[in-house]
Amino acid sequence: MSILATIVEVISWAFMLSGSFFVIIGAVGTLRFPDFWARLHAISITDSAGVILLFTGMSIQAGFTLITVKLIIIGVFLFITGPTATHAIANAALVSGLRPKEAKGFTGVEPEPLTKPDADPASSE
Amino acid sequence: MMFAVAIIAVFIAMILVLVRLYGGPTLYDRVIAVNSFGTHTVLLIGLIGFLTERPDFLDIALLYALINFVGTIAILKFFRYRALGDTPPPQEGAEQ
Repeated sequence: MSILATIVEVISWAFMLSGSFFVIIGAVGTLRFPDFWARLHAISITDSAGVILLFTGMSIQAGFTLITVKLIIIGVFLFITGPTATHAIANAALVSGLRPKEAKGFTGVEPEPLTKPDADPASSE
Repeated sequence: MMFAVAIIAVFIAMILVLVRLYGGPTLYDRVIAVNSFGTHTVLLIGLIGFLTERPDFLDIALLYALINFVGTIAILKFFRYRALGDTPPPQEGAEQ
């Protein structure tokens, strides 16, 4: 194995391992965070950091071929649509009356009573 | 080898997201879990294509990415307006 192939292998390993790390971190945050608005942040880690790092690692393995072009197309598409879908979900949740637990009035909208009475007992004066 | 490691990581992440999808207290937790699961599926298909040295799987991954985005928007639109077709959304305060 030449020295160049070794360098490519090491860089690809680094990208794949860091991408796997971010994917697992995003999933753990999705499972463990206490609030819907906090879980949005954890989802975004998978959508941006995990996807970009894993696809970069795969592109380095593939070299300058058509496969890399396809990977770049998928990566750009996911990089655009991931935050767009997250924003759409957050907007729908805000319109439907879901509010953050601690930050009343933080959203600039007059805080309404929560839809579920048992979600936050402190907010029902 | 590196693809096997990444596939195992994506599998673990998918299981954790599925737990959140099962036990999400609100509708939007479940929607965002489905969206994240679709993103993980795209990653998994691409990695399996590289592991089995058949990178043609990337076309299927691109198709899954498209379907995932459109499906998420469709779910949100359905639960907002209770209609998916060209039925106009009910006007606020309009008479029946």
